[in-house]
Amino acid sequence: MASAPTPPTNPYRLLGGRIPYVEGPLKVTGRAEYTDDIQRPGLLVGRLLRSPWPHARLRSIDVAAARALPGVYAVLTGDRYPIPFGVLPITHDETAIAVDASRYIGDIIAAVAARDEPTAEAALALIRVDAEPLAEHADPRMGTSKVTDPIHAKGLAGTNIQKEVVQHFGDVDAAFARARFTARVRGTFAGVTHAFTEPMATIAEATPDGRLTVWSATQVPHYLHRTLSEVLGIPMHRIRVIKPEVGGGFGGKSDPLPHEIVCAALAIETGRPVKILFDREEVFYTNHGRHPTQNEVRVAADAEGNLLAYDIEALIDGGAWSSFGTVTTYYNGVLAMGPYRVPNFRYKGRRVYTTKPPSGAMRAHGGTNIRYSIEVALDRIAEESGIDPFDLRERNALAPNSTTVNRFEITSTSFLECLSAVRKASDWDRKFRQLPYGRGIGLGCGFYISGSNSPIHFTPKMPQSTVHLKVDMDGGIAVHSMQADIGQGSNTLLAAIVAEVLGVDLERVHVQRVDSDVSPVDLGSYSSRVTFMMGNAARSAAEQLKGELITAAAGLLGTPPEEVMVGHECFETRGPPPASVPFLEVLHRAMEAKGALTASGSYQTRPKGGTFKGAKAGTAPAYSFAAYVAEVSVDVETGEYRVRKVWAGFDCGRPLNRLAVEGQIEGSIHMGLGQVMGESMNYRGSRLFNPSLLEYKIPMPQQMPEVEILLVGKDDPEGPFGAKEAGEGPLIATLPAVGNALYDAVGVRFTDLPITPDKVLRGIDRRVAERRAWKGA
Amino acid sequence: MPSRDRLRFRLNGQPVDVFCPDPRILLDLLREDLRLTGTKRGCDLGTCGCCTVLLDGRPALSCLTLARLVESREVTTIEGVTPPQGLSPVQRAFVEHGATQCGFCTPGFVVTATALLRANPHPSREEIERAIAGNLCRCTGYTKIIEAIAAVGGR
Repeated sequence: MASAPTPPTNPYRLLGGRIPYVEGPLKVTGRAEYTDDIQRPGLLVGRLLRSPWPHARLRSIDVAAARALPGVYAVLTGDRYPIPFGVLPITHDETAIAVDASRYIGDIIAAVAARDEPTAEAALALIRVDAEPLAEHADPRMGTSKVTDPIHAKGLAGTNIQKEVVQHFGDVDAAFARARFTARVRGTFAGVTHAFTEPMATIAEATPDGRLTVWSATQVPHYLHRTLSEVLGIPMHRIRVIKPEVGGGFGGKSDPLPHEIVCAALAIETGRPVKILFDREEVFYTNHGRHPTQNEVRVAADAEGNLLAYDIEALIDGGAWSSFGTVTTYYNGVLAMGPYRVPNFRYKGRRVYTTKPPSGAMRAHGGTNIRYSIEVALDRIAEESGIDPFDLRERNALAPNSTTVNRFEITSTSFLECLSAVRKASDWDRKFRQLPYGRGIGLGCGFYISGSNSPIHFTPKMPQSTVHLKVDMDGGIAVHSMQADIGQGSNTLLAAIVAEVLGVDLERVHVQRVDSDVSPVDLGSYSSRVTFMMGNAARSAAEQLKGELITAAAGLLGTPPEEVMVGHECFETRGPPPASVPFLEVLHRAMEAKGALTASGSYQTRPKGGTFKGAKAGTAPAYSFAAYVAEVSVDVETGEYRVRKVWAGFDCGRPLNRLAVEGQIEGSIHMGLGQVMGESMNYRGSRLFNPSLLEYKIPMPQQMPEVEILLVGKDDPEGPFGAKEAGEGPLIATLPAVGNALYDAVGVRFTDLPITPDKVLRGIDRRVAERRAWKGA
Repeated sequence: MPSRDRLRFRLNGQPVDVFCPDPRILLDLLREDLRLTGTKRGCDLGTCGCCTVLLDGRPALSCLTLARLVESREVTTIEGVTPPQGLSPVQRAFVEHGATQCGFCTPGFVVTATALLRANPHPSREEIERAIAGNLCRCTGYTKIIEAIAAVGGR
């Protein structure tokens, strides 16, 4: 459902409105070009031999027969490019192809380039692998002590622990000792995966001029660029990374992935262009989705409901590689630290390697599972203390311009406005605990980083985002940046910001395809950073152009520059007498001195956070805030339920493109509902049992509730035109809103996700057996 | 070419006569042989709907359709529902309502919606939901897709 129309106070011509995507016409006609749509002359097919073993030592791999097969151009094994890599510079534990051991079912152990797919498949079948099975490690709990055959030599002291985080602020035990109310929640969360529609795809081509070109479905072209250079041993300036349209990512295309390196390696080996396109099963095995997690949250509050302390533990199932795991481990603790004031905080988090497909970053990375347990615990505190869940949260809301105990700087927050908007819109005060048995209403809240203050590959003093503009005599404005539009609408926002500043129509602005040869570095689409960082860089670049144009316009108008204003497709002066000159005329005057105008704008975060170990994790230049209410109805005979409506109160500062912000919120609610209601990576041991979109079911249109969006944010002081993120934060509050609504409906706490109908039914039966009445039932 | 490897059908209103040995899949024929890349490959298993085309005017999953089965029939792809200039009403509605985000599922949805609206010019919300139930979208939560189709249907 649409949000309220643009408020009349909007001072902007384009921004703040509903701006259809600039590439929309290409997408609706099938003309948008994705990686698999690209054709190169002499293109070879690359295929990967994947491990059938959860964990095995690779004693030898015989590829002679495969190499000898007519039509095979290259066969690669792990020894050729053994340099380890990984998205985080501190945890390089992956290789392009398994070198000594295979660590999960699906691990790449050899690669083939052949003239066509049947030949490539035939070659894979000819590869003989002599492998010695090693101990399987499916249960992360077992990996926390010394194990036989640890998955990586780097694990903590002979265990499979990849990362351990211990933090303590204030005095948690003392706070619990004086608490009036406490609640403990043990949450269990199945792994979930991104399930984007476009399978991974990469094309690579090495040319006789010594250069390598890689087209890939990636969210972060820059990290791919760096990683290709490191592993292949080719300087970055000889590698060109191009990002075609990307059919969804949600975090799943943010790591530099092994097949991207393999594809480049095959292209180098063969001297021919090579394409690797995943089938859907490979997408599931590559995973990097949200970590299967167990957490335990204890919350303490005083008699008035003031929060005194959080005590949190998390055990995180990492799968075979580190990926973003060090960040995940911190986030599962520190992303509990908003949107409420919590003076004492203790966290112990461990991420454990297992012999399963790697988990990584997925939309609302690190903030989702912990949030569920926190919000359910708050619901319990509210119930025990008799304080309404809204009142409890209002009482504890972080104030604007405050600092958390772990040194997060909260600048703008409209969390209170989110709460009051959804309380009113959902008619909460007449529904909570008053709907008939089987129907319920619940509140869940959240916050999220609007970009990470410290980027992953931090090159000190280099900007996180750079945007280049070029305008020539045709009056078209070319925009270059390595920001990665993966469907969230960043190209559109980039164009709109430039058009807004310069007063021109959107059609003048042409956002160029990401191409590392010409696009200046932006760190790409992750951690909800793009609107904030790219937006500021784009604004800065456009302001520079505007300055040059105003000087030229002043000359044409015969007025001092400070009296020249940007009009619509013109520059004007109020006079007297009022006058204006068209954009093109001004542009041509400005070009007389130097030809085409160019500008470069950039954005870099200011240092933030404390100095303790891990202090940078979760620091951000701004935070988004959310308060959601969900209303559910449960069939108490079958345990089936539906979410009837979600009221989404969200603070993304000033929404710059309402169409895109609504789309992000609706899509986030859909994805959040998937995790809370049914999605699950089903493992038996290390074996994934549902690697297809038939068995891994995302919610159907019929399961999507009515959504009422309430955008209540005020301008953020540092965000571009006052904006903050809206891409990930909108997911988080969905889950606890549903969980708490189910409690209101049937009087059962569900803390084992996904909450499938069988669990609901068992919960109801148990409550009835224990003779605990709920709302008359 | 031997006649058993010949495939003749109508594609987007034009007759085609192609070399198509069994067991060629329609999606491969369209994307690889005929280079009509608007039809997307999302799963190869009939689970996502990205490869939806119209077969004699009705939605069909081209990844599950043996090319041989379209002999003498009419296949319409996303290229075939797109006017030579500009956009169709369904396409325009998808753009204006923000019904496309990453865009990868979009051709399949546009094709499905086009067939729906031809058969039922004013579908109800339930009819729209049923019609698109075979098309997955991970970006939009379907909200704006349903709005766009409903808008074309005048509801």
